Amino acid sequence: MARTVTTRQKALNTTLAWAIGLLIFFPILWTILTSFKTEGQAISDPPIFLFFDWTLENYAIVQERSDYLRFLTNSVIIAVGSTLLGIVVAVPAAWSMAFVPSKRTKDILMWMLSTKMLPAVGVLYPIYLLFIKLGLLDNRWGLVVVLMLINLPIIVWMLYTYFKEIPGEILEAARMDGATLREEILYILTPMAVPGIASTILLNVILAWNEAFWTLNLTAAKAAPLTAFIASYSSPEGLFYAKLSAASTMAIAPILIMGWFSQKQLVRGLTFGAVK
Amino acid sequence: MKYTVRALLGATALCSAAALAHAETLTIATVNNGDMIRMQGLTDDFTAKTGHTVEWVTLEENVLRQRVTTDISTNGGAFDIMTIGMYETPIWGANGWLVPLDDLSEEYNVADILPAMAGGLSYDGTLYAAPFYGESSMIMYRTDLMEKAGLEMPTAPTWSFIREAAAAMTDRDADINGICLRGKAGWGEGGAFITAMGNSFGAQWFDMDWNATFDGEAWANTLNFFKGMMDESGPAGYATNGFNENLSLFQQGKCGMWIDATVAASFVTNPNDSTVADSVGFALAPDNGLGKRSNWLWAWALAIPAGSQKTDAAKQFIEWATSTSYIELVAANEGWANVPPGARVSLYENPNYKDVPFAQMTLDSILSADPLNATVNEAPYVGVQFAAIPEFAGIATDVSQEFSAAYAGQQTVEEALAKAQALTNDAMEAAGYR
Amino acid sequence: MATQHSRAAARIMMAPAVILLLGWMLVPLTMTLYFSFKNYLPLRGGDLGWAGFENYTRFVTSSSFWPSILTTLIIVGGVLFITVVFGVLLALLLDRPMWGQGIVRILVIAPFFVMPTVSALVWKNMFMDPTNGLFAHLWRAFGAQPVEWMSQASLPSIIIIVSWQWLPFATLILLTAIQSLDGEQLEASEMDGAPALKRFWYIILPHLSRAITVVILIQTIFLLAVFAEIFVTTGGAFGTKTLSYLIFQRVLESQNIGLGSAGGVYAIILANIIAIFLMRIVGKNLDN
Repeated sequence: MARTVTTRQKALNTTLAWAIGLLIFFPILWTILTSFKTEGQAISDPPIFLFFDWTLENYAIVQERSDYLRFLTNSVIIAVGSTLLGIVVAVPAAWSMAFVPSKRTKDILMWMLSTKMLPAVGVLYPIYLLFIKLGLLDNRWGLVVVLMLINLPIIVWMLYTYFKEIPGEILEAARMDGATLREEILYILTPMAVPGIASTILLNVILAWNEAFWTLNLTAAKAAPLTAFIASYSSPEGLFYAKLSAASTMAIAPILIMGWFSQKQLVRGLTFGAVK
Repeated sequence: MKYTVRALLGATALCSAAALAHAETLTIATVNNGDMIRMQGLTDDFTAKTGHTVEWVTLEENVLRQRVTTDISTNGGAFDIMTIGMYETPIWGANGWLVPLDDLSEEYNVADILPAMAGGLSYDGTLYAAPFYGESSMIMYRTDLMEKAGLEMPTAPTWSFIREAAAAMTDRDADINGICLRGKAGWGEGGAFITAMGNSFGAQWFDMDWNATFDGEAWANTLNFFKGMMDESGPAGYATNGFNENLSLFQQGKCGMWIDATVAASFVTNPNDSTVADSVGFALAPDNGLGKRSNWLWAWALAIPAGSQKTDAAKQFIEWATSTSYIELVAANEGWANVPPGARVSLYENPNYKDVPFAQMTLDSILSADPLNATVNEAPYVGVQFAAIPEFAGIATDVSQEFSAAYAGQQTVEEALAKAQALTNDAMEAAGYR
Repeated sequence: MATQHSRAAARIMMAPAVILLLGWMLVPLTMTLYFSFKNYLPLRGGDLGWAGFENYTRFVTSSSFWPSILTTLIIVGGVLFITVVFGVLLALLLDRPMWGQGIVRILVIAPFFVMPTVSALVWKNMFMDPTNGLFAHLWRAFGAQPVEWMSQASLPSIIIIVSWQWLPFATLILLTAIQSLDGEQLEASEMDGAPALKRFWYIILPHLSRAITVVILIQTIFLLAVFAEIFVTTGGAFGTKTLSYLIFQRVLESQNIGLGSAGGVYAIILANIIAIFLMRIVGKNLDN
């Protein structure tokens, strides 16, 4: 980094970047702020930014009406479960695609991605009937499997691109040194693949957390995650901005916090093979 | 375990019949309206009386419809009780999807249900859903603004008076719109309003041969009148306003008049939510001199899917939630103005309820709506603001989208009607009516 | 290196993923195809016999069909355009030295964590509502008539909402790509006195082409399925009915499973056309 940067330039960059960053973040900030207002203040004109009577009332109302922890638990189980299951299935597949490529590897990858293009509503009835037959309706594990299948192509794709970056020579060198396949996987490949696997997990937890079609349509009371929680606040009678904001904040906070803490991991891995 | 035993003991003490059955957990799907949320809060009373527990699935109306329809038509069994309306009940009942409610207890007194409601929730004389609350539509207006405009609201006004009054009350500088009405797409939103309004203009969905009638003069008059009045005196963006949007406008004092569901009366007169609570008057929905008023009839009702394994417990819940003692329970907790209205005759005979300012007008509105005879000319369908045929919801949503596009000025009324005519006939042909 | 033995092992390792996805594709696909030839109306008693190709012709001749294809393409294209253009600009900016880069990055990626339903609800009600929305307040503060977003600017509104959700994703991938750009190459061109625009056009952009392709590929897959944003905001009114929304209306609102399934088959065809199209460009770009 030999590029010399004047302080003035740096200040200019900083100002511009912060302005844009805050602009992009503003809708979330505004939602969080509104969740602490009364319904009346939430719609007041001119809008109030900070100097209102901060209240936790909305959170209390939302908690009283719906058992937040139950929805949260379901969301965590479904998002994490489907991702981990997906990783278990995808690692061997991505592995063999990366290290034993054949002529059809690219086609298989593309085909996998294309299964994601099926419009979900078109198959709601078939899947619903299937779920009834299998007794999986309103069942967390049923959703774990469905979301795993939905995200599997993305997981395979991401892992494949990471594994491909691992130089084959290292493996050969290890083999020359007499490493067994088990040792090879355990001590050489795994450590190299961990960052890639980590960011794959993060991205897919986010995608599964936010999936709102299947999680809403295949659940009732027992397995309903936060997407269903939101559906009960979306447009009730009367003023609802503050309560909606509180419910929204509760629904996105866990994933937002997780995302922020693991931001470096996520960013490092989010290349999809875009970087050679 | 201990809890169950205790609950069972409690149930034995209160109700010997319940003690015979073991405690069940009921899954109930319902809409996120105020009265239902109140019901959720009072569930403990039901559990204490019967030992059964309840798991609520509370969803926004559109999501709820999509969810329960999928489940019932596939016999999914995800819910033990579903909250449905007057449109779904006769259709589902006819398909044998619902458990008939013909053996409710003596004490429940089925005869006390308002005949208009019981009629709309029955198929072939059998009740398939019990009304939790019922509604018609009526005019809610600001008495102070009406006075300021130098006008007086008759108890049964005409459309031309409403249009005049709306123009007189409008004060754009003060952010007051003379009239707020539903323009939002969706058969249960703007579609319901314009259909009910059309009734008073002599319009109807189908002629006796199930042909669409949007090419007739009556519909053109309805739409032109509606759009003309709303452009003059309605709020900005009325093409996207539904019940909730108008409610919040009215509560904020931005509407002179609002014609909508009678249940809204308790919201706009509640000083906690409404800035205009002490200056609201009520009148019957307008007519046009053709003998039909433009008010609708609707009920949110509780029904049991035929596949349910817990029919007995579910019936106990329905008896609890739609009984007169539930009404008294709400009255004791939240006051008489907040009880679920429009379901029972005895409520309107109750001296405590007579003091509620909107009680009489609600009853009068309900009584003046007749689903069997809603249109000026003879029509082949049952229903006021809908036609109780399975295809209606899909068709009316498409049609109301065309209408909303006309309200927003994206096409002319004539274009909207021509499209509505074509797509309705097309869909009816597909369904084998024509 | 790839012996016969390792090939067999590779196939075994790949099998679970392939079989699962094949099942996930084939079971619903077969059922969709089956239903699409049926007169299947749950509210009229379910299966009313075979319909031949009637569902297919009816779906395609409906006045909503071609507009829905166009709407789908406009939304996908609009969002792709916005996210790629602004993603590149934002990535270039974030790559520059500044104070508090980590925090800015956190702010920029935040929308990606928000559920589509939540972001649609928040934008529709708290920002774009013509009476109580923040934009309406802002417009009025400047003496302007508030925009009725959902009716007068329905498609742009949806594109804005969806772009807001996907801009972080594009920015991040493009940022990683920019950071991998060879610093010396840039420096050399800087020394040569090449103007910034030229540098961008001849060095940075070609370097980013691979990342841009990936962004387009992944986003297209998700954008074709955009649903919650339309359901929550306009409900398909005001020309916002995409193909998948039209199918939703046929299946769930009209309760015509046969017709909806035929629509599903058309959607699969459209998706495949786009997939082949993408593969042509993407595949080429990814290979070299």
